[in-house]
Amino acid sequence: MVASIGELEAPGEPPLPTGVAAEEIRGRSPWYLAWLRMRRNRVGLAFGVLFLLIVLACLAAPLWADHVAHTGPNENHITDKLLIDGQETYVVSPDGTPLAPGLHGRYLLGADQNGRDVMVRLLYGGRTSIYIGVVAALVTTVFAVLVGLLCGYYRGWIDAILSRVMDVVWAFPVLLLGIALGTALALGGLKIGAIVVAGDSLWIPILIIGLVYVPYMARPIRGEILALREKEFVEAAVAQGKGSLRIMLSELLPNVVSTIIVFFTLNIANNMLLESSLSFLGAGVRAPNASWGTMIADGYQTIYTAPHLTIVPGLLIVLTVLSLNVFGDGLRDALDPRAKIRLEH
Amino acid sequence: MILEVKDLTVSFATDGGVVRAVEGVSFGLAAGEILAIVGESGSGKSVTAQTLIGLTRAPKTAISGSVRFDGVELTDLDDEGLRGVRGERIAMIFQDPMTSLNPVYRVGDQMIEMIRAHRDVSKREARERAVDLLQQVGIPNPERRVHDYPHEFSGGMRQRVMIAMALSLDPDVLIADEPTTALDVTVQAQILRLLDQLNRERGLAVILITHDLGVVAEIADRVAVMYAGQIVEEATLEDLFYDPMHPYTWGLLGSLARLDTPNPERLAQIPGQPPSLLRPPVGCRFAPRCPHEFDECAKPPPLEHDRCWLKPDEKRRLRVVDGRIGLRKPVTT
Amino acid sequence: MLRFAARRILGMIAVLFAISVVVFLIFNVIPNSDPAARIAGKNANPALIARVTADLGLDQPIPVQYLTMMRKILTGELTSYASSQNVTDQIWKGLPATLSLCIGAAVLWMTLAVIFGYLSAVHSGKFTDRALTILSLTGISMPVFWLAAILLYYLSYKAQLFPTSSYVPFTKDPLDWAYHLILPWITLAVLFVGFYSRVLRSNMLDVMNEDYVRTARAKGIGERQVRLRHVLRNSMIPIVTLFGLDFGAVVGGGAILTETVFNLNGVGLYAGQAIGSLDLPPLMGVTIFGAFFIVLFNTIVDVLYAFLDPRIRLGEAAPA
Repeated sequence: MVASIGELEAPGEPPLPTGVAAEEIRGRSPWYLAWLRMRRNRVGLAFGVLFLLIVLACLAAPLWADHVAHTGPNENHITDKLLIDGQETYVVSPDGTPLAPGLHGRYLLGADQNGRDVMVRLLYGGRTSIYIGVVAALVTTVFAVLVGLLCGYYRGWIDAILSRVMDVVWAFPVLLLGIALGTALALGGLKIGAIVVAGDSLWIPILIIGLVYVPYMARPIRGEILALREKEFVEAAVAQGKGSLRIMLSELLPNVVSTIIVFFTLNIANNMLLESSLSFLGAGVRAPNASWGTMIADGYQTIYTAPHLTIVPGLLIVLTVLSLNVFGDGLRDALDPRAKIRLEH
Repeated sequence: MILEVKDLTVSFATDGGVVRAVEGVSFGLAAGEILAIVGESGSGKSVTAQTLIGLTRAPKTAISGSVRFDGVELTDLDDEGLRGVRGERIAMIFQDPMTSLNPVYRVGDQMIEMIRAHRDVSKREARERAVDLLQQVGIPNPERRVHDYPHEFSGGMRQRVMIAMALSLDPDVLIADEPTTALDVTVQAQILRLLDQLNRERGLAVILITHDLGVVAEIADRVAVMYAGQIVEEATLEDLFYDPMHPYTWGLLGSLARLDTPNPERLAQIPGQPPSLLRPPVGCRFAPRCPHEFDECAKPPPLEHDRCWLKPDEKRRLRVVDGRIGLRKPVTT
Repeated sequence: MLRFAARRILGMIAVLFAISVVVFLIFNVIPNSDPAARIAGKNANPALIARVTADLGLDQPIPVQYLTMMRKILTGELTSYASSQNVTDQIWKGLPATLSLCIGAAVLWMTLAVIFGYLSAVHSGKFTDRALTILSLTGISMPVFWLAAILLYYLSYKAQLFPTSSYVPFTKDPLDWAYHLILPWITLAVLFVGFYSRVLRSNMLDVMNEDYVRTARAKGIGERQVRLRHVLRNSMIPIVTLFGLDFGAVVGGGAILTETVFNLNGVGLYAGQAIGSLDLPPLMGVTIFGAFFIVLFNTIVDVLYAFLDPRIRLGEAAPA
């Protein structure tokens, strides 16, 4: 508690003289207000920037590979030797121990058992992980919005059926469902009508991860639509003769956009964690593709002799997911200061 | 005067700036009297009431001024110190009895909790006292009802429960923050009668916060009118209704629907809006809306019975000329 | 109250049925390859495939296939063709380790989450809160298996503080049992502590603004008592629901990663090994087991929630 107003007062604004009407109320849209709040959240913004930097670094993988490391992500250099501080060192020592991280342009983060440059693999693997994370989030968002809108707007039997389906999907532990789908589809791929997806395509993990999180996002959206639907502006639109589709798109959807944005951001984080778990177990990204998860799975084999192979990719995952979480949190505070958006686990 | 408030000022730091919710409020409460604080939403009356027992203390809140109760300066007390006053000497009930009672605890347990926080008695003794109190406020079947949950009571009954709980330690003062606003009109009358009865039979002093002049007229002894965070007029009940001295009060009274005069075409309104408390006017805060504003009003008027620069005879003249006021004292008592 | 419970149990059975259908679809119908070949496993040869087809009736129409599959699972006859082990037996054998892991971790995470969440809420905005929030966010950003590997490497291997090897049954030696489980407990708890402490903090901050908290203060009750009896108590109610869901999910399959890294002979490890060899029958069994556990816990939690919140118990509609 503060003892006097003086300690609270920000300098600059004098009180209005008598007789002057209260200053004009300038309309400020909720987006502008949210932007102001976001701007004040330095930490949240910083982590948002961090995420972008990581993405950029991964996109620049070929640059690093060509100009700094002079090697590709899959090139083996088991028998090579490297000049470090004037001394010739083995990339992979005769007893199988790979080079540890150090301050050299090549093998900045060390090498793995096959003599591959970890830094290069990290950047390329990051592309896969982030790509899966983002695209899966898009898949989730599209389906969740669809389901949420349909259930919330039409209610009735559409809602009953779709909600039951959501419940069943949600009844599975996310990891188990991912594993079940991942292993089942690994061998022969997917074939639904005309859509054929190969077993080792990246689309398998993308679709799986995208679909398992649909209930997570669809439920809150459905809840919001249900509530919005009762409001007068929807009644007004119906009275004006607007069709269902137009109402859903132009009246209801814009009001749930902030929920969608927040969920989307946090969803990318969840997706990346799930992908790494699935890949670690062998039910996610499959060879010859590599992601941070597969790198940890590989590195785990030699954890006692070459711990950096396990630590480094994991650290990147933590950093990326943490940035998304902090930034997403900041987004939520900015867009929804009264915490109407409730996240279920 | 058992309670003396001098120059109470409360400000909140918000995203948009510093809100000066209460400014220089001073009033007194005599033992056994009912003081009504009247004002519209945002006038600062609830904040004032809650600040008396320190409920508005928070990191971003600045509180200055004096609240003296029975010789003790309440603003000097810390939370531990205030515990001895809250409930024990000054009790408070709030506007919405549904949200003011914890929904997961039985009503009796909530009363017992209060009693045992101040007195060293057994649970059984506390429960007996609770049943007794419920009876005193007119709740039928108190022995059974004491085991019920808040949502099992109707709105009026819940408010009675709140009152019963407030009385459990025999306080000297009861602060009632809009106790009837959330209730039906018929139930409203019952609650007011109950408060009146408690005041007469126990000598319980009451500070009654309300926006409803009708409520004021029912039971108040004295009235303080608040506007834009300040008290603009303080008077006895009679004086307020028959000899009001502030243009805002005239506006309030003029906007009442009345039975004793022919129906006007429209109910009179005070034009304009209350000022923003972020940047309140420097002089008289009501001036922008006052039909009688003149140069002197650029300076903040002090509170001497009422906060207005006009001289008393000018006021009486303008009041009648306005035509909106015309409360006549009844010929017989 | 009984009617409420009965309705929920009926719902539970319906969902379990739907789950079994979905599992069946996932493993038998959706993928684009011969189910018999897939189920026969990696070492399939035509003779084995023919046997699988006969055993599971895979040449029959789909509804019959489903019924055959369900019959096998419910009578405990489901076997892995690759390892020749009975799936139900293996799951049963793995339960003690999995339950030890999950229950211990749950106790740890709930205790810490309540402490951290409470402190965060009470000191909201100040250093304690910021520090705990960063810790929580970091906790939920870590892949569980990676954390397990890190702990294993640094605390077991390098510092020699904890054993690296597997599960010791409680019945053999309680102290050793706990000693071997400490790192796994910590690993599993880290993720959940982060999440739950934030949820509790958020709930408490909301409840602190409720009118009844203001009333409690006005009654002259001490601040600590207000926080514990009113704020914390009311904030815990939604947490109970979440806990039920998560505990079910953890037992049902979330523990897979932890068990794999720490080599604990639980249901999760069993599933993990099956994944590696793409052995489908164990996975089917574990998936059904996992889903069953979750649904069971959901139902228990729903009933418990009604018990904790008298508004629901006594028939009034639940608050939004």
